[in-house]
Amino acid sequence: MSFRSLQTSWNRYGGYALGFASLFVLWHLASIYLVSSVLFPPPAVVFRKAVILVRTGVLLEHLWASAQRILIGFIAGSLLGIPIGLAMGSFRPVRQVLEPYTEFLRFIPSVAMITVAVIWFGIGEASKIFLIIYTTIFIVILNTAAGVSAIANNKIRAAQALGATPRQIFFHVALPATVPYILTGMRLAMANSFTTIVAAELIAANEGLGKMLWDGRMFMLVDDIFVSLVSLGLLGFAVDRTFRWSIYTFAGKYSPAT
Amino acid sequence: MSLVSFRDVQKSYRSLQGAEYVAVEHFSLDIEAGEFFCLLGPSGCGKTTVLKMLAGFEGPTAGQLVMEGQPVTVASRDRGVVFQGDDSLYGWLTAVENVEFGLRMGGVARAERRERAMRYLELVGLKGQQLKYPAELSGGMKQRIQIARALVNEPKMLLMDEPFAALDAQTRSLMQLELAGIWRTTRTTVLFITHDIDEAVTLGTRVGVMRAGPRSDVKGVLNVALDGARDRTDDVFLRYYKQVYEMIRDEVAKSLAGGA
Repeated sequence: MSFRSLQTSWNRYGGYALGFASLFVLWHLASIYLVSSVLFPPPAVVFRKAVILVRTGVLLEHLWASAQRILIGFIAGSLLGIPIGLAMGSFRPVRQVLEPYTEFLRFIPSVAMITVAVIWFGIGEASKIFLIIYTTIFIVILNTAAGVSAIANNKIRAAQALGATPRQIFFHVALPATVPYILTGMRLAMANSFTTIVAAELIAANEGLGKMLWDGRMFMLVDDIFVSLVSLGLLGFAVDRTFRWSIYTFAGKYSPAT
Repeated sequence: MSLVSFRDVQKSYRSLQGAEYVAVEHFSLDIEAGEFFCLLGPSGCGKTTVLKMLAGFEGPTAGQLVMEGQPVTVASRDRGVVFQGDDSLYGWLTAVENVEFGLRMGGVARAERRERAMRYLELVGLKGQQLKYPAELSGGMKQRIQIARALVNEPKMLLMDEPFAALDAQTRSLMQLELAGIWRTTRTTVLFITHDIDEAVTLGTRVGVMRAGPRSDVKGVLNVALDGARDRTDDVFLRYYKQVYEMIRDEVAKSLAGGA
C-alpha cells in the first residue's frame, strides 16, 4: 500500500478507528481505576469471555436467534406496511378509515404488547415475530404515507400531460418518488426492532441475546451480560451500516434531491 | 376555427376561511394553430390560472374552454406543459429517461423511443448529457429537459408557465434565443406565460396583456410583426416594447397598490 493510499484511507476511516479505540480505552480506564469492581469488567475480560462463548457455540446461538426474529418480523412488517402506507397516502378515504388504527396503536409501545403477545402466541417464535411486526409496521406506514403526500404536485401533473393513466402514475411516479421515505422508515423501524426483541426475550424466551442478559442476572454472570450488550451494539451497528450501504448502492438515484 | 378558444371563462377559488376569490372573469381569447402566443400580466393577475385550465389541471367555474371543438376537461397529451420550477422532473430517471417518459407510457418500443428522445435532446442542445440525473444538471439544462420531454410527445400545443423565470439573466436570454429557434423548426403552437415584457416581445407572434387581478381578463392583444432573430436594440422591437409597456403600466401599478 502506497503512502498516498494509506493517507486517503486514514482520512476516510481514521476518525472512526480512533473513536472506536477511545471507546474501549475509556471503558478500560473506567473499570480499572474509577469503579474497580467485579460488577464492571474491563474490555479484556469481556473479550476473553466472548471467545469462550463463541467456542462453545452459546453466543452464536443466542445471536442468531435474535437476529433471525428481527429479520423475519422486520421484513414481514415492511411488506405489510409499505402497501398500507401507499394506499393511505394516495387515497383520502383509506387514510380516514385507517388513521384511527395507526394513530391509536402507535402510542401503545411494542414493549407494552409483550404480555398480550405471550398470552396469545406463547413464549416461542410467534410472539417475538408478532412483536417485531408490530413495532415495524407503524413507522413504515407513517413514513410511506408521508412520502406519498410529499410528492410535488407538478410531478403528477407532468405525467398527466404526458398521457399517463392513473395506474401508470402510481407505479411510475408515486412509488419511485416515495422510495427514500420508505427506506428511512425501515431504518428507523430496524432500530426499534432491537429495543423490542431484547425486551421480549428478557421476559419470555428460551434463547436470544435478551435471554442471555436475563440468565446473566439470575446467575450473577456479569461477564456474560457484558458480552451480550457488546454483541447487541455490534449487531445493530453492522445491520445499520449494511442498511445505509444498500440505500446508497441500490437507491442512490432515488435520493430526494429533486 | 381557432385551435383554442376561451369564451367568457371564469375561475373562482374558495379560501379556507370560505371567502370566494374570483381570479379571472369574462376571459375570452382565441389561439390560432402555429402561433407563439405570449400572455403577459402583472403578478397575481391569474396568468397561471389560465394555463392550468387549458392544461386541464383545473376546470373553469363558468364559461367555455374549447380545443378543436372539444371542451377541455382533463389533462391530455395534446397539450404538453413546461413548468416554472424543476420539481416536475423525475429525479430517479436520467435526462433521456425523463424525455422518453411520455413515449414509454404510450407503449412505444424501447429502441424507437430512445432514438426519438435522443433527437429531441439534441434539438434542445443536451446531446452528451443524456445519462445524467436532473440533480447533476444546471437550472437551464433542467428546463431544456422539460422542453424536450414535452415536445417528443408531439403535442398539438405547448404550454409554458414562466419557464425561464427562475434562471439567471444570461441563461434566460440564451434560452429565449434557443426556444425561438426550436419554435421555428417545429412550429408547434405555444402559449407562453410571462411577466417580462422583453421576453414577450422577443418570443411572441402575438402578445396578450392581462388586467390586474382579481376578476382579470384580457386587456388587449398586439400582433408582433417581427421575423427571424429579434434584436433588442432594433427600433421596431423598441416600438413594440413601448406599446406593450404602455398597456401594462397601469395594471402593474394597480397590482402593486393591491398589495400583490
